[in-house]
Amino acid sequence: MSKIAFVQKNKIPPSPAPISEVGVIGWLKQNLFSSWFNTLLTLLSIYFIFIILKDFIPWAWGGHWDTKSLRECLDLNPDVACFSVLTARWKQLLFGLYPAEEYWRPTVTFILLIFSIIPILFPKYFRFFWFSIIYPGLAIWLLWGGSIWSVGIVYIGFFLGVLLFILLLRNITKNMVITGISSILFVILFFIFFSNYLVKNLDIIIPISLPPVESLKMGGFTLSLIVGITGIVASFPIGILLALGRQSNLPIIKMICVGFIEFIRGVPLITLLFVASVLLNYFLPPGTNFDIVLRVIIMVTLFSAAYMAEVIRGGLAGLPLGQHEASSSLGLTYWQSQRLVIMPQALKISIPGIVNTFIGLFKDTTLVSIISLRDPVGLASTIRADQTWNGIYWELYVAIGLMFFVVCFGMSQYSQYLERKLKTDK
Amino acid sequence: MKASAPPKSESFKLSMLLSDTRYRGTSLQVITFIIFVAVFFWLVDNTIKNLALLGKDVSFNFLFLRAGYDINQRLIPYTSDSTHGRAAFVGILNTLLVALVGCLFATILGLFVGILRLSKNWLVAKLMSIYIEGFRNVPVLLWIVMIFALLTEFTPAPKAFKGADPQATMLLFDSIAITNRGTYFPAPIFGEGSFWLLLSFILSVIIVIFIRKNANKQKKETGKSFPTFWISVLIIILPTLGFYFLLGKPISLEYPYLKGFNFKDGIHLRNSFLALTLALALYTSAFIAEIVRAGILAISKGQSEAAASLGLRPNKIMNLIILPQALRIIVPPLISNYLNLTKNSSLAIAVGYMDVRGTLGGITLNQTGRELESMLLLMGFYLCVSLLISSVINYYNRSFQIVVR
Amino acid sequence: MRKSLFMVLSSILLILGGQAAFSGGHSVTLDDVKARGNLLCGVSTGAPGFATVDDSGKDVGFDVDYCRALAAAIFGDPMAVKFVGLTSAVRFTALAAGEVDILARNTTWTYSRDTDLKQTFLGVNYYDGQGFMVKKDLGVNSTLELDGATVCIQVGTTTELNLADYFKENGMSYEPVPTADNAESQQQYLAGACDTYTTDASALHGTRVNLENPDDHLVLPEIISKEPLGPLVRHGDDNWADIGRWVLNALIIAEEKGITKSNIDSWKDTKDAEIHRLLGTGDDDILAMVGLPKNAMYNAIKAGGNYGEIFENNLGATSGINIERGVNASWTKGGILYSPPFR
Repeated sequence: MSKIAFVQKNKIPPSPAPISEVGVIGWLKQNLFSSWFNTLLTLLSIYFIFIILKDFIPWAWGGHWDTKSLRECLDLNPDVACFSVLTARWKQLLFGLYPAEEYWRPTVTFILLIFSIIPILFPKYFRFFWFSIIYPGLAIWLLWGGSIWSVGIVYIGFFLGVLLFILLLRNITKNMVITGISSILFVILFFIFFSNYLVKNLDIIIPISLPPVESLKMGGFTLSLIVGITGIVASFPIGILLALGRQSNLPIIKMICVGFIEFIRGVPLITLLFVASVLLNYFLPPGTNFDIVLRVIIMVTLFSAAYMAEVIRGGLAGLPLGQHEASSSLGLTYWQSQRLVIMPQALKISIPGIVNTFIGLFKDTTLVSIISLRDPVGLASTIRADQTWNGIYWELYVAIGLMFFVVCFGMSQYSQYLERKLKTDK
Repeated sequence: MKASAPPKSESFKLSMLLSDTRYRGTSLQVITFIIFVAVFFWLVDNTIKNLALLGKDVSFNFLFLRAGYDINQRLIPYTSDSTHGRAAFVGILNTLLVALVGCLFATILGLFVGILRLSKNWLVAKLMSIYIEGFRNVPVLLWIVMIFALLTEFTPAPKAFKGADPQATMLLFDSIAITNRGTYFPAPIFGEGSFWLLLSFILSVIIVIFIRKNANKQKKETGKSFPTFWISVLIIILPTLGFYFLLGKPISLEYPYLKGFNFKDGIHLRNSFLALTLALALYTSAFIAEIVRAGILAISKGQSEAAASLGLRPNKIMNLIILPQALRIIVPPLISNYLNLTKNSSLAIAVGYMDVRGTLGGITLNQTGRELESMLLLMGFYLCVSLLISSVINYYNRSFQIVVR
Repeated sequence: MRKSLFMVLSSILLILGGQAAFSGGHSVTLDDVKARGNLLCGVSTGAPGFATVDDSGKDVGFDVDYCRALAAAIFGDPMAVKFVGLTSAVRFTALAAGEVDILARNTTWTYSRDTDLKQTFLGVNYYDGQGFMVKKDLGVNSTLELDGATVCIQVGTTTELNLADYFKENGMSYEPVPTADNAESQQQYLAGACDTYTTDASALHGTRVNLENPDDHLVLPEIISKEPLGPLVRHGDDNWADIGRWVLNALIIAEEKGITKSNIDSWKDTKDAEIHRLLGTGDDDILAMVGLPKNAMYNAIKAGGNYGEIFENNLGATSGINIERGVNASWTKGGILYSPPFR
């Protein structure tokens, strides 16, 4: 029997990890200097950051904020930024040429926007959905002003139409087609014959109105937001219809939808905007003339509808075929199965894609500067043409870029969060 | 024939066109078609009326008239005496050039950034994600103008190269000059005999390809890898060099030099071109990087672990296991990003680069007043390019995608 | 079917737009303008001195003041005008499409624009010519020494065509650097990305005096083209063209006669019959012929002063741009500004 010389009776306490593996040093070693290649990369990165910040920080940090003109800035110190242009013009960058005493209107509009999205994003608050429906009209009224009834009449008309539809369906006939057509006809007749009369009288009875602001005064970020948000909201229903049309097995409808989508996606947005600014008047009856902002919104809507259709089509394709088959076998009609089974799932999958489309669209609103609208980029060139600020460059573009970055980055983070959230509940 | 007739008990009613599923599809289509045609004719009718009101007609004759303006970057001979049609063609070539070079750089950069984004080096990964988010979340138009301004403001004017003690000097043995008017490279001059030199070069490349294919085949059959790298290098370099001296140096370089106001000779890449290409490439590369990252992450971790347990080195794992599989996911969105880049190149106007929108859709449109015709041609061009690219995607999807049964 | 479709579409658009305004036919612009209650005037999105927006968001400039005078003539209110900023690329189509009633956007009057583009020029409110600006240390004293130079130029203007013709005529070569607008050209020029900047001489002088060291720069003596700038309207509405033309002429005559914004009310007892006709203080109401009120021209001059005052405020010494009157002085003072008689 060999003797065991030594037996450890009690457990050796774990010794602390070597200093080179924990704490700051350990982290550094693991994450930055784990191999010679990594070390090289780290050093290169540090050098790169240094190069970029070396000039930028002193330039931005010492910038002037309260001079009256670029010349004053240059006289003080030509080597630093002249942010005074932002001090003098930040209101224009945000609101364009909107009348100063009415700045509260776009502000309120965009604050209310947040409230109107909440019911859509969070099912918990779905009972406030009515606000989301009212919001578009409210926003139009707030931004453009005029009588509240000229906007309200649209809601009244459609409300009456829906009322008629329900009444007919309950009391007269069960045929959806006939009731549908007759209520649509009613709405059309209402708008053609009664609306003007009604608006006039309502104006007299309950006069609520804001001073009107014409579209030409819209500019800056307000314009970007108006064009971007209206485009995305209005394109949503069109996009759904196009996506369904593209998937449909009716050849003519499919052809028209595919043709439309491919055409819009095939040409650059700038050519479409050019059509809006230059050619659209040729296509409408002689003498028709409506303002450029509306034309741009229509074009942007058509543009984003095509992209939206592709996103939703992706969502539809992501659903297993069994969903269609199961809903058909339950005896649901095409529209019923779309409404109750397919769309809710497909839309849920495509939310991140929709947000991405929106980010893209929002960035693309800068292109309206090329057709001489005064979005932030367009305003930048107007400001640079002014004698006081002639010659300024970086300050404006950096500020505009930063503003876009904040909005777009925020949204993209949100879309990534959604993506993660949607993934886990699979 | 009798059997196929509808049962008599249900006589045909007009309302069945809309409510009966047998007819509904067809009648829906007929209605859509009628509306479509009506709207179409309504638009055409309006256009004709409007043009008549303005006293204009639709004619493409302007394409054969003298353009009268100059274009700085032209890949084919063009003067102000050439026609508008030729100007448009110069523009088309310029657009394609930007698109091609831009896509190339965007792909390389995007691949690079996308892979580095997944690096274990914390600083590098963070830096790359700043790069990606920065470029993705700021409008490309802003990037174009900012990069253009960067190139103009922070590079020396040609004048700075003048004098006994110049403020700026050319790079690489006086061969490359970076100025704020563009970058000048030496241009190759093809002398007599350069044809044979090129031929020998091409031949040796073909031989190398053949050898590599063989080596691959051998590797697959026997499992032994056959080192080809050095052999290929030798095969390509030696005969080419030999011929180069034998034929008396037929290809020489023409160096740019300063004369008068500007650099003369050499290849001149204008700042407008550089800024546009660079901005588009950087912007698109951020998207490509995300696609690459998503593609790599989509390959399950088991794959790389399995490869590692087989003893493959990290770069071999990337090259042999991950990338080939990831490519299937990466390529279709990659190509659609190429399409986006091509379409975004229409923002060239912001830096005064004369692409097809600048010539046909810009100056020509402006000087001749032919908006309708110019825009039609312009859209037609972009549509052709996009259809071409999407047919490439479809072809790729059909041939390389894993077939799901 | 078509008609009702249009009705539906248009009413929807009308409601959606809130502000969507429909104007009637193209032939009676004045009626449209009156019905609308304001004038739509196309101006530059940013040309120093001609049209720009000041810190408070107000439109100011030489072209802007002309439109205000026109609005004052029609409505008696110089503020009854909306300014539509247009780039040089879209200006003509915007006018042709009826987006604006009048285009006052330092536009050169040429044969082809008059005939091929179907526009009517109302006269000349500024005689300009294309010149070149160089840095003094370039050592160039004449445009003929510019062989091989890099030239900054704005896209979509007549200057491009003039430039091509001029260099070709003189057997010289050049490299164009096209830019989007004046500010962009200036930046490129200052950075040395081009040797010379060419545009209308007025703009060159205006740009030069505002550079950091004006003495380092030189506007070359040669003027290579005639650039008569003026407002224009669509072909086909002669009455409207007459109104625009005579408002411009009235401003010029006012300077000739010495009628200014401040002394305009003191001419009631003058013996000059033309002044009475012009200001509507006489018996005959000749302005009724074009559908304007009797005191239309009085209002027009009252709005921003006579031609000389408008020039002085926007382009002259008061504005800081410091452009000399030169040929743009009245013919009585050695210039070529000459209006037909108001009779």
